[in-house]
Amino acid sequence: MAEAIDKQMYNFSIVRKFTVMAIVWGVLGMSVGVYIASELAWPFLNFDNAFITFGRLRPVHTTLVIFGFGGCALFATSYYVVQRTCQTRLWGGALAELTFWGWQAGMVLAILTYTSGFTQGREYAEFVWPLDIVITLIWVIYLLIYVMTLRNRSQPHIYVANWFYLAFILAVALLHVFNNMAVPVHWFSLESYSLHSGVQDAMLQWWYGHNAVGFYLTAAFLGMMYYFVPKQAGRPVYSYKLSIVHFWALIFLYMWVGTHHLHWTSVPDWASSIAATFSILLLMPSWGGMINGIMTLSGAWDKLRHDPILLFMIASLSFYGMSTFEGPLMSLKSVNALSHYTDWTVGHVHSGALGWVAMISFASIYHLIGKVWNTSIYSIKLVTTHFYLATIGIVLYITSLWVAGIGQGLILRAFDDYGNLAYTFIESVNFLHTPYMVRALGGAFFVLGILIMAYNFYMTVKQSRKEASDIDGLAMIPANAHH
Amino acid sequence: MIKQEHTEKNVALLMVLILIVISIGGLTEVVPMYFIKGTVEPVQLNGVDTIRPYTPLEQRGRDIYIREGCYVCHSQQIRPFRDEMLRYGHYSLAAESQYDHPFQWGSKRTGPDLARVGGKYSNEWHVQHLQGPRTVVAESIMPNYPWLMENTLQYDDIEDRMRALKMVGVPYSETDEEYQANIKKFGQDVADLLVISKAKDNLLMQEKSGNFDGDREKLTEMDALVAYLQVLGTMVDFSQYDEGHFAQFR
Repeated sequence: MAEAIDKQMYNFSIVRKFTVMAIVWGVLGMSVGVYIASELAWPFLNFDNAFITFGRLRPVHTTLVIFGFGGCALFATSYYVVQRTCQTRLWGGALAELTFWGWQAGMVLAILTYTSGFTQGREYAEFVWPLDIVITLIWVIYLLIYVMTLRNRSQPHIYVANWFYLAFILAVALLHVFNNMAVPVHWFSLESYSLHSGVQDAMLQWWYGHNAVGFYLTAAFLGMMYYFVPKQAGRPVYSYKLSIVHFWALIFLYMWVGTHHLHWTSVPDWASSIAATFSILLLMPSWGGMINGIMTLSGAWDKLRHDPILLFMIASLSFYGMSTFEGPLMSLKSVNALSHYTDWTVGHVHSGALGWVAMISFASIYHLIGKVWNTSIYSIKLVTTHFYLATIGIVLYITSLWVAGIGQGLILRAFDDYGNLAYTFIESVNFLHTPYMVRALGGAFFVLGILIMAYNFYMTVKQSRKEASDIDGLAMIPANAHH
Repeated sequence: MIKQEHTEKNVALLMVLILIVISIGGLTEVVPMYFIKGTVEPVQLNGVDTIRPYTPLEQRGRDIYIREGCYVCHSQQIRPFRDEMLRYGHYSLAAESQYDHPFQWGSKRTGPDLARVGGKYSNEWHVQHLQGPRTVVAESIMPNYPWLMENTLQYDDIEDRMRALKMVGVPYSETDEEYQANIKKFGQDVADLLVISKAKDNLLMQEKSGNFDGDREKLTEMDALVAYLQVLGTMVDFSQYDEGHFAQFR
């Protein structure tokens, strides 16, 4: 009976759609990642083909994993969480469908435009101007749906997960609009020139860039964490007070730190010093979130032995803690002098992106599947397999790029006994070959993991359809007898 | 006094507070960049700016640079370190990218920095290197770009491009008044290159005289890209300034 009421009360169809596409874009985006990682190790893979050269495919990879995989996972979970925690149906009816189809169209058009050479040339904001407008419209609708659903809640309090999702939606709107201001070449051209130039443009872009990390890839996924970790662990959130303090501190501090991407550049020193200072401070709210998540398991640690979904969650929180420690470290000017421009940065991003973002998404999706398809997961064993493949993949990825990044940094600043440069640039490239192969291998492990997830997911949905038809066939038996 | 209790029972209040809290950092750091004098240092010689907007051909080259995503592997921003000065030259000035819409400083050096690559290699070297990097540098991992030499450069919308750039602040001239202002700012020779109505002639003239792709007759994308690469970092003659002159603006 309860399930039947759920079905009428909640809009799970939109959650299911976004979940499917999260997995589709995840498989595609991560596969492209492995391909471009291989291009760096074996450049013949560019095949003299303009559409698949590294420079054009790299934004395809970043866009598909951040906005395709991450975005769909966030839409799916936020639409799910806001309904469950407010105990009301998603507001707006067909408007949610519009966010779905609009977002998918955006992804497809992004692939087509990038590979054809149409880009704004801004990292993580490569969408051409018409796509930026489409994204803005979808985002406004998303905000509207979210806020109206919150207003319709049948609970007095707005649950903590929703604070994070709301901050994410608002911040991304701000970032997206201000970073993408540009003048088109003409109305029928996909090309445009940014409103700002040089120093100001750089400031704006990295204010965007780092807060895309802070709000899109952190705050939003913390929202995910605050719902799914307590649910999966069957325990309440460890500390309500801690969640309040670290929420406000996190969203305040993040907005100051973008300039640490511009240490030692033409940007004035005062700005980069402020950014470094706030980056150190940011460690505290970041770890506040990690501690709150991990400690939610107190009294339930034994569950880790049997529940690979919880394993994913704890591993993701650990990677979150690790990369939010590494981040402040790299934002120190002296460390940044070595790490900037090298693969250490790329490794750091991936310990956050694979370790934190992807793993908490996998866990949440595994939890969701059973609920919104009204069945249980097809194979828990395969979830365990996925967990180990993903973990091995991440470890290979991060360690090889630590070697690559720190190695390259040291090679490029080495002097011989006479005070001349000890190495030419190409010697640093040559040094990168082995780490690049290991990195591609690590990525392949990770892709294998998500492929297994896709299979497990497919079998689960198939099983749920079969169960549903079984129930139809046994209409005489009351629905709740099935459980 | 607002309590947490109020914020989590009132969506509107929660939204307003979030917006205030997330706006402070950005406002404090980004906005002053537009007002603090010296953020973009003045670089003048004999009363004229030596850093000028790109010519039509160079700007088309820059468009291609962005199209191919060169910025994902090459930075254009030299830092004030001894090793970078020895490898690339004087550290980058803010003024040097003041006409860059968008900036292309990059964030990764899979290949070397290009902020001062102009004049470092011959046109012939660039043409061969872009078509087959490993024919020049055996261990390079850069892709080949053979189509640059095959594709005819499109420039029918060059005036639209310059007008769009003018709208965002690049001093290309349309009126005589603007032209006169450019003469004052950059000198006669440069001002002539910035006239929007003469863009096509200027582009063709530079292609002929520069002979960037080794073929004076055929106008290719290679012409434009090499013209752009060859001007990078060449607009400031650092020998004309006292050592440490630019440090006061950091």
